[in-house]
Amino acid sequence: MKRFATILTSMAMLAACSGGGGPESTPAGPSDTTTAPVQETTQAQTGPLILYSGRNENFVEPAIAAFTTATGIEVEVRYAGTGELATTILAEGEDTPADVFWAQDPAFIGGIAKEGLLGELPGDITSLVVDRFRDADNRWVGITGRSRVFVYNTDLVDEAELPATVWDLVEPEWNGRFGVAPTNGSFVAFVTGMLLAEGEETTREWLEGIAANNPVIFEGNGPIVDATVAGDLPGGLVNHYYLLQRIAELGDVPASNHYFGDGDPASMVMATGAGILAVSDQPEAAADLIRHLLSAESQEHFLGLFEYPLIEGGGTPEGQPDLDALPVFDISLTDTADTLEPALNMISESGLN
Amino acid sequence: MTAIAPPRGTERKPSPARRERAPLALWVLGLVAVVPAVSPIVYLLWTVLRAGVTDTSGIPPSRLWSLFLSTAVLVAAVTVTTALLGTATAWLTTRTDLAGRRMWSTLVTLPLVIPSYVGALAMLGTSGNSGLITEALRAVGLPGLPVFAGFWATWGALSLWNFSYVHLLGVPAIRRMDPSLEEAARSLGSSRWKTLRTVVLPQLRPALLSGSLLVSLYVLSDFGAVSLLRYETFTRAIYAQFRGRLDVTPAMFLSGVLILVALALVWAEQRVRGRAALAATRPTRAPETVRLHGFTRVAAYAFLAMVVVGALVLPLLTLAWWTVRGISLGSPVDSVIAELVRSTSVAGGAAVVTILAAIPLAILTVRHANRRTRLLESVTWSTYSLPHLAVGLGFLIVALRFVPPLYQTVPLLLIAYVAMFLPQALSAAQIGLRQIGSSLEEASRGLGAGALGTLRHITLPLLWPSLLAGGALVFLTVMKELPATLLLRPTGFETLAVRIWSASSELFYTQASVAALVLVAVSAVPLYVLVVRDLHD
Repeated sequence: MKRFATILTSMAMLAACSGGGGPESTPAGPSDTTTAPVQETTQAQTGPLILYSGRNENFVEPAIAAFTTATGIEVEVRYAGTGELATTILAEGEDTPADVFWAQDPAFIGGIAKEGLLGELPGDITSLVVDRFRDADNRWVGITGRSRVFVYNTDLVDEAELPATVWDLVEPEWNGRFGVAPTNGSFVAFVTGMLLAEGEETTREWLEGIAANNPVIFEGNGPIVDATVAGDLPGGLVNHYYLLQRIAELGDVPASNHYFGDGDPASMVMATGAGILAVSDQPEAAADLIRHLLSAESQEHFLGLFEYPLIEGGGTPEGQPDLDALPVFDISLTDTADTLEPALNMISESGLN
Repeated sequence: MTAIAPPRGTERKPSPARRERAPLALWVLGLVAVVPAVSPIVYLLWTVLRAGVTDTSGIPPSRLWSLFLSTAVLVAAVTVTTALLGTATAWLTTRTDLAGRRMWSTLVTLPLVIPSYVGALAMLGTSGNSGLITEALRAVGLPGLPVFAGFWATWGALSLWNFSYVHLLGVPAIRRMDPSLEEAARSLGSSRWKTLRTVVLPQLRPALLSGSLLVSLYVLSDFGAVSLLRYETFTRAIYAQFRGRLDVTPAMFLSGVLILVALALVWAEQRVRGRAALAATRPTRAPETVRLHGFTRVAAYAFLAMVVVGALVLPLLTLAWWTVRGISLGSPVDSVIAELVRSTSVAGGAAVVTILAAIPLAILTVRHANRRTRLLESVTWSTYSLPHLAVGLGFLIVALRFVPPLYQTVPLLLIAYVAMFLPQALSAAQIGLRQIGSSLEEASRGLGAGALGTLRHITLPLLWPSLLAGGALVFLTVMKELPATLLLRPTGFETLAVRIWSASSELFYTQASVAALVLVAVSAVPLYVLVVRDLHD
């Protein structure tokens, strides 16, 4: 223990002593030549296909495994939050190693498309999906659909006191009683929709009202649903399928999904968009991957996890209304790309993240 | 630039007269080790300082202020708590007549194998309506626990999984205390309390300050626990900005601010410490053992037991419970062997590279100490105090902008680890070199051996135990490291830490616990090398 203690002590002392100088005082002339061993090969031409996935592993992995089995094409997947991956791709720019980006929502992938980083998808792919769930310029296509809902614990919340509109969450009776995931792609997309439909002032007012109403802040939707199911949280703004997955897993739980009405931004139905990076060196294989995600086989797998398949005749998740019977919030998903940046800035400025 | 104060207590023979100019090769090697490690941080600070004075990247100043406050409150609370906990455990296991003192001392050190995000995960698993403790309480008709989240939970988690640093530093400091000073004070009529305040604490001060600095820097840097337990600090905000903005600039700006806060903390500690170096006194005799009786004795055992249960037993039990329950319910659990191989190889690789980088630096700074080598050393150290999320972001941006071929590669990950943890191996190597002294090397050179021959046959073999200790510390830290790994890992390169993180954020607790248990088991090996073996020295 003495030796370890001595190391720890001297580390603390030396850390202290180095504080005066700070990292600004590097030795004269630190040239980057030492950091940059010049490598001849930049990207292997026949490396695995790289997928940046904002969808979780549980959801994606089986479909990818089936793709590799069927085609022999290896896929490496980088799993992270949609926003994180979008920021990463934008920072990477032309150097991005990604071939395919599959976002959780239409806004972030639209933002990437808007920067000119996505190539145009082949017509046989885009024709698989109805207009409203793909990019107007065919740079991304929806793979699955999901709707925004308010999940609530049926023991803690009476049906009568459920929020009729998303504006009720700004009221005192919901103070501290609901969860949001402000940096999550789905929440961001919902705010982009609100901005499109209701304008900047109203959206800012709502965000600030929410931020002031002491919401419980989560990183993602899953933990909100879990806390609600466990009775640790009365409710929260999430997507529809988390609860259905929990019910499939745990049987009957004291929680339910509540839909807001027609025209409410919180009723937004969104697509999880996928697109091919313009700089991809294997666009053919990338297109094959997206075709595979839109194959009957993959779509059925997604249906089994309670998301809406977006191909013709893909079916409806068990216990859910048909896609066309969901409350209508009529905006163009393509246009959410235009309100993405203001939405992100407003979420941040409201103090939610 | 202030001079580096080496831990003098261990220095055997400083022979300044014999110091020669450092060979050029050593400088080259030293710079190769340091420059790649430091340039991303310099770049990050430069971008921030350039832009940040006038433009806060859309982050309102009020927000910065509230982040600063909430972070400062957490740092202060955890630092004070760990100082109290660690001093108490150190004192109880060195100065009293409690049974099993050595066992207790080992047990309160073991929480170091539990990364704070694993601890936080376990905390979430014990509390709330579906928690382990809640279920146990309800089984006997008691009300359950609320969800452990927010300030109190974060405070508890970071205290429980960091106080061991203070314990480790406290034990030798307490052993070194000269009992005659205490006795003199008491015999001159000083009360017990006054003696503690005026005689005992000043002797412990350097160790306490060192421990507190390590803890507070860690708290400033922690990302996993604050995120899981939902307490707003700088690191959580940086990550939120990274996820929730399209541009990396706001995240970089906050990172730069956080780096400045870390440097300010280090500077403040240095002021408080003043000139008091570690006392090198060797007590003339062992201090009197304090006998604890009756209630005090029971309370002492209860205190140690509570600490061990909270920091070690409960988290491990929760992980085990999740694993067993999950597997019996048929939850899908993937093997974590691939993750284990990646974690251990990258941690082992980082340990080796760090040791290799530390050797020339240690020789330069110990055997050829002068103003320039001290500067080099200071620069190396500056990265150690910096939050890993910020360092990771710096490396990500620099690799992308200047060396794209390195982006998302294992070599870049290794360079980042070296940047963050080089000081751990360096200080171990420096201590070793000082203990060896230079006379043997001089004798070898005098007998005609070359510089390399002397290094190979004399210095390195004698230095080996210190290098091993430094390497073990690096290995342990890299195994647990989360935020920089998350940002810099090659696509598909999921380590145990990354797996625990992603599985827990997707609520696959069974998967997360399996990975966490493996991580803890593997981390115990370097801790054994560091602590348990040393205990028997």
